[in-house]
Amino acid sequence: MSAPAGSSHPAASARIPPKFGGAAVSGAAAPAGPGAGPAPHQQNGPAQNQMQVPSGYGLHHQNYIAPSGHYSQGPGKMTSLPLDTQCGDYYSALYTVPTQNVTPNTVNQQPGAQQLYSRGPPAPHIVGSTLGSFQGAASSASHLHTSASQPYSSFVNHYNSPAMYSASSSVASQGFPSTCGHYAMSTVSNAAYPSVSYPSLPAGDTYGQMFTSQNAPTVRPVKDNSFSGQNTAISHPSPLPPLPSQQHHQQQSLSGYSTLTWSSPGLPSTQDNLIRNHTGSLAVANNNPTITGVDSSSTTSSASPMPNSYDALEGGSYPDMLSSSASSPAPDPAPEPDPASAPAPASAPAPVVPQPSKMAKPFGYGYPTLQPGYQNATAPLISGVQPSNPVYSGFQQYPQYPGVNQLSSSIGGLSLQSSPQPESLRPVNLTQERNILPMTPVWAPVPNLNADLKKLNCSPDSFRCTLTNIPQTQALLNKAKLPLGLLLHPFRDLTQLPVITSNTIVRCRSCRTYINPFVSFIDQRRWKCNLCYRVNDVPEEFMYNPLTRSYGEPHKRPEVQNSTVEFIASSDYMLRPPQPAVYLFVLDVSHNAVEAGYLTILCQSLLENLDKLPGDSRTRIGFMTFDSTIHFYNLQEGLSQPQMLIVSDIDDVFLPTPDSLLVNLYESKELIKDLLNALPNMFTNTRETHSALGPALQAAFKLMSPTGGRVSVFQTQLPSLGAGLLQSREDPNQRSSTKVVQHLGPATDFYKKLALDCSGQQTAVDLFLLSSQYSDLASLACMSKYSAGCIYYYPSFHYTHNPSQAEKLQKDLKRYLTRKIGFEAVMRIRCTKGLSMHTFHGNFFVRSTDLLSLANINPDAGFAVQLSIEESLTDTSLVCFQTALLYTSSKGERRIRVHTLCLPVVSSLADVYAGVDVQAAICLLANMAVDRSVSSSLSDARDALVNAVVDSLSAYGSTVSNLQHSALMAPSSLKLFPLYVLALLKQKAFRTGTSTRLDDRVYAMCQIKSQPLVHLMKMIHPNLYRIDRLTDEGAVHVNDRIVPQPPLQKLSAEKLTREGAFLMDCGSVFYIWVGKGCDNNFIEDVLGYTNFASIPQKMTHLPELDTLSSERARSFITWLRDSRPLSPILHIVKDESPAKAEFFQHLIEDRTEAAFSYYEFLLHVQQQICK
Amino acid sequence: MAFTFAAFCYMLSLVLCAALIFFAIWHIIAFDELRTDFKSPIDQCNPVHALVLPEYSIHSLFCIMFLCAQEWLTLGLNVPLLFYHFWRYFHCPADSSELAYDPPVVMNADTLSYCQKEAWCKLAFYLLSFFYYLYCMIYTLVSS
Repeated sequence: MSAPAGSSHPAASARIPPKFGGAAVSGAAAPAGPGAGPAPHQQNGPAQNQMQVPSGYGLHHQNYIAPSGHYSQGPGKMTSLPLDTQCGDYYSALYTVPTQNVTPNTVNQQPGAQQLYSRGPPAPHIVGSTLGSFQGAASSASHLHTSASQPYSSFVNHYNSPAMYSASSSVASQGFPSTCGHYAMSTVSNAAYPSVSYPSLPAGDTYGQMFTSQNAPTVRPVKDNSFSGQNTAISHPSPLPPLPSQQHHQQQSLSGYSTLTWSSPGLPSTQDNLIRNHTGSLAVANNNPTITGVDSSSTTSSASPMPNSYDALEGGSYPDMLSSSASSPAPDPAPEPDPASAPAPASAPAPVVPQPSKMAKPFGYGYPTLQPGYQNATAPLISGVQPSNPVYSGFQQYPQYPGVNQLSSSIGGLSLQSSPQPESLRPVNLTQERNILPMTPVWAPVPNLNADLKKLNCSPDSFRCTLTNIPQTQALLNKAKLPLGLLLHPFRDLTQLPVITSNTIVRCRSCRTYINPFVSFIDQRRWKCNLCYRVNDVPEEFMYNPLTRSYGEPHKRPEVQNSTVEFIASSDYMLRPPQPAVYLFVLDVSHNAVEAGYLTILCQSLLENLDKLPGDSRTRIGFMTFDSTIHFYNLQEGLSQPQMLIVSDIDDVFLPTPDSLLVNLYESKELIKDLLNALPNMFTNTRETHSALGPALQAAFKLMSPTGGRVSVFQTQLPSLGAGLLQSREDPNQRSSTKVVQHLGPATDFYKKLALDCSGQQTAVDLFLLSSQYSDLASLACMSKYSAGCIYYYPSFHYTHNPSQAEKLQKDLKRYLTRKIGFEAVMRIRCTKGLSMHTFHGNFFVRSTDLLSLANINPDAGFAVQLSIEESLTDTSLVCFQTALLYTSSKGERRIRVHTLCLPVVSSLADVYAGVDVQAAICLLANMAVDRSVSSSLSDARDALVNAVVDSLSAYGSTVSNLQHSALMAPSSLKLFPLYVLALLKQKAFRTGTSTRLDDRVYAMCQIKSQPLVHLMKMIHPNLYRIDRLTDEGAVHVNDRIVPQPPLQKLSAEKLTREGAFLMDCGSVFYIWVGKGCDNNFIEDVLGYTNFASIPQKMTHLPELDTLSSERARSFITWLRDSRPLSPILHIVKDESPAKAEFFQHLIEDRTEAAFSYYEFLLHVQQQICK
Repeated sequence: MAFTFAAFCYMLSLVLCAALIFFAIWHIIAFDELRTDFKSPIDQCNPVHALVLPEYSIHSLFCIMFLCAQEWLTLGLNVPLLFYHFWRYFHCPADSSELAYDPPVVMNADTLSYCQKEAWCKLAFYLLSFFYYLYCMIYTLVSS
């Protein structure tokens, strides 16, 4: 690969449009997960019962049926149902499962609500789905279809009147004429339908029966059990025990073959565990699993046993385990409350809901058919605004915003904040609303699609769009003044992932889109691409459905039933044979580094995790150290001890021996261990203070270029020798300057060029900067930015003076070394014709307009993409986005992970505002602002951020709300926007006036660019909880622990009382602030000291005390900790201690010397609007 | 009919202008290849880089020649582009010895379309100035 070309283009550096737009509140919150939509929430009363039921889905279903008296009539008919329905059942089973896991404490709080919901939910769904099925059936003449339609009709019959009801109420309540029109029509068709009248069909029973008669579902429990088994085995925190994975492996394969084992006697206990285990990640965890089960039970040529069990290992074991333990508490603020909220209103019949829609969906619903479906979905929404009849309003809202509803009842009317869609447009007077921050974490809004599409849609954890309603034209987008873009977390640890092995991966022939749930089948043999609208043939192999073992049902294939799937790619997807996992460690051993003492921690971690490094038998590893010279280590098998080779010619670096510097991990394990044991003491007496980082990197590049892989660089100071040497650029006096912040960009192109070379050779460079002084991270970070590496920064690291940093490094390393990794990856993002991507954010090299080249991909990497609308989208009602990540797994398999997101297109400005995902918008704005501050200046970026608020709110004020202009109004969806922007302005990356070290600032910027949304949001706007009075009210169960769920407090000193203790979760740091007058009981029970005065100044651990309050506090903190990949440090801050400034700087709603308070900021914005 | 310095300038610039036109076309092709995903930006940006400096120096040479030949009108026509080139040259964020096209950002859709537009505009400008120089050359040859 030729040398890269360095410099930047003046105009080239990514630009933020002079004023970028605003965004909105994700008010309407709901579940994560496309399919899991309603699922996690659906539990309440029944949960308890189920807890006692050892296994067996049939029983659960009975439970459901019981509360929903509605359904439980007329059991007949079921057995004669066509396969479709089975599939539906199958899914419903899916949705049932999560509910088991949630074991709320507040179970019995809302019997009334339960009743209410239990009646309602199905109706709107059925309306929509019936319609779909009706049309679908009509359009396709297949015999299968007709037979399938029978059961629907009976449904319709059943629910006919409720459907009518909702329709009429929608018409009455609000005037969206178009919607009404559509809706009316649909009602008509609905009404017409029942005339087909079949004996009414009890949905609930259907499930129970179908269940047992179906193969696939039976597979599932086994799988789940295996997972729960893992969880219990590990006892939560420990990330990667190899044993469980094997266990998993076995069980997986077992599930593949003997489908009946699920009820085997050994399992109940594990299942019982399961019930308590998964909680947060239900949406993900329980959504996908089925298909894997399906896959493994399939008998296509593809579904051979080996790959499947392998999948279990690869797709769902190590890291996945991690996630099932680590991320189960909830990877982001959004899902967290799910378990908590789930308990409340029963909504028992909800599992029923999926079925009809499922059944309806497959039949070639094309765009025309979708339209009414979509409209249907809107209608109930609107009617929800003015519920004339409580029952119906209940059920109408329910299917749309299950989480919200439950939440509302569970917290008792606090739900205004996380309002459902109609609420998201409710104007909020920002200056008058004192408590703008909701008590519960903000969730991603659910796109306003019809129910079955909603279920299929990609999880918001992996894929989010700033606008969940895509404006039809660029003009409309410009009018809304909101940023349009995608936030991606493509390689996230998933507990379950359908993995598909097949000879032909079905893709569109013109745009190469992978087949996905949002394509339409025109007939059995042809499908229409949802991105470019080309009609493609269904290949022969695809006609066979492994799920039902039947032929001629392409729409039931897992690819078409899941928006997140992984394909095992054939050799067509390889440019060269898949590379082995190769790891190279480049370590700074200058005096400074030895003094800081990181070598001990690193070597120790490596020794512990050597066997857990992802890889196969080909895994290779190597070490290099450097000070003013470069040291290589010959670890050739057969040597008695490691051989150190020193190259002192740093101007022209060469490799001392061609091979044996990178050695096979297993063949040379003893030598490697010897080296790791020896390394920390080898340089203890060094006097060498220089650091030749540049030459060392060049050598590393030479070493890695034949294979590619991962280079981990540990650096502790400014590189001072050879190529790429840097000078100190920071002027400490300028740290708190309010004017200009210089040197945010790199000082030299050396590192960028090196990174581009590395990227070309599929090598990623990860940087660990452990430095106490300025080290010019802005320049050094380039080596990771452009090679798709990651950056870790440990300011003032010292192994004894700063034990908390040392501990953090240790934990981070553990995660870093053992997490999943993908090599030689590329990621392509496709979107519906008419949309185009124009700027990417993250660590990667942009290879082409829609192709990112990622030498490595890790599960903690996030990306953002800005979109523009090039052509009007008037002729379509839906747009889709698809990311396909092609990578080589650590086992040497080529795999493709595909996520597909589907969003509705709207034509009115009000709808655009209603669909704003304020968190996504903020994260995208933060990314744009980073680019802006590097290419232009920090103050420009800050202005742009403020303008984003001003523009969007004034655009809203002048176009949508016709209210008085004196007040500062925002739609409910956008009400957190000013708060978040203010938080950004006070974030380390963008703040001025407060003393900020340049490296800290640059690191914050790097994190903004590369963190996935969930973690970034905590960095921007920390969560504050009061923890001195934790109760079990609303608590959730995770792994046999009760985790209390205290409400969120706003970030203002007014909330801090001297009598309390507060926990602030800033993502990578936790602070516990203890008030002066804090209850001595708390101090004694939780902190382990007798009174306030005896608490030491530096305290970083909560003692393990055997008291209830200590247990609660610890389980809460552990739960928060487990939800993120990198372990945060805990600081206990006493009121009046000097460290409290650290804590108070995060109280962003308060005034500081250099920055506005929240209220002042609002006034400022208002002033700007009025100008 | 006399062979003046101005006439010589025009003749020389006529020849060199052909080279500039070639460069501009080359740029257009290069960016188009990038857009259609035929080549990696790293591979592509290097040759583009190689052409940038010659182009800038040739154009600067024009300006100096016309200044010496006291062809004010022609100079006036070329000065805006000269300033633009200076701006491009000195407005590179990093300390880079190389120019303008940065592989990591060149694929940014905005940047790419900007570069393409720039290349088309330059092509048009060079083409027009080619005929202008031709005309001027003949004019100076004939008139003096």
